[in-house]
Amino acid sequence: MDIRVQDVAFDAGQMLNEFTARQDNAGAVVSFTGIVRDVAGGLSSMEIEHYPGMTERALEKIAQDAMARWNLADVLIIHRHGSLEPKDIIMMVATASKHRADAFAAADFLMDFLKSRAPFWKKERTGDSVDWVASKSEDEDALKRW
Amino acid sequence: MIDVLYFAWVRERIGLPKEQLETSAATVQDLVAELSAREDRYAAAFADLTALRCAVDQELVPFDTSIEGAREVAFFPPMTGG
Repeated sequence: MDIRVQDVAFDAGQMLNEFTARQDNAGAVVSFTGIVRDVAGGLSSMEIEHYPGMTERALEKIAQDAMARWNLADVLIIHRHGSLEPKDIIMMVATASKHRADAFAAADFLMDFLKSRAPFWKKERTGDSVDWVASKSEDEDALKRW
Repeated sequence: MIDVLYFAWVRERIGLPKEQLETSAATVQDLVAELSAREDRYAAAFADLTALRCAVDQELVPFDTSIEGAREVAFFPPMTGG
């Protein structure tokens, strides 16, 4: 398990290759990358605030729950905080398992819980307006799938 | 003494990220009532608890959770990670 919370940018391709190279007993690696998207047009920056300490604990708990539920060889979570721009990579998860079904399901699970159970808050700056991104009821509903 | 932390718009509305308090509140809800009675900016931030979440010692918990012996209570809006 490798969990990183950082303000510096990272190369998702390099992280994925390193994660894959570390696996001795996996036949499948699945990854997801989240990117800053300019939904309404004119987004100049996104500020991500987090709760140091609780963030790491929450991510570890989510990763441990995934490891307990599926037959996984390894889990990687990297999440940025601080100031980001459109097209910047916000976060990534990767899962490794013997067969692809476990890796796919676990990556999906990790993302659902990361959305509404990891203490991050996004603030978008568009022109003169600055708005906190509201959580979506779909994100809370998605947890009921598991 | 207990550390009380505020994040995102709760932090902005109250005007500070963290404070240390002496409180006799038994639960998070009691602490909210105590703070809301203190100043308008707290009452405004805590006006709609359905729009807020709380954590005791870095664990997400319901508002009726006991804070006896807790070191840290945090208030924040629903999380938007990923």
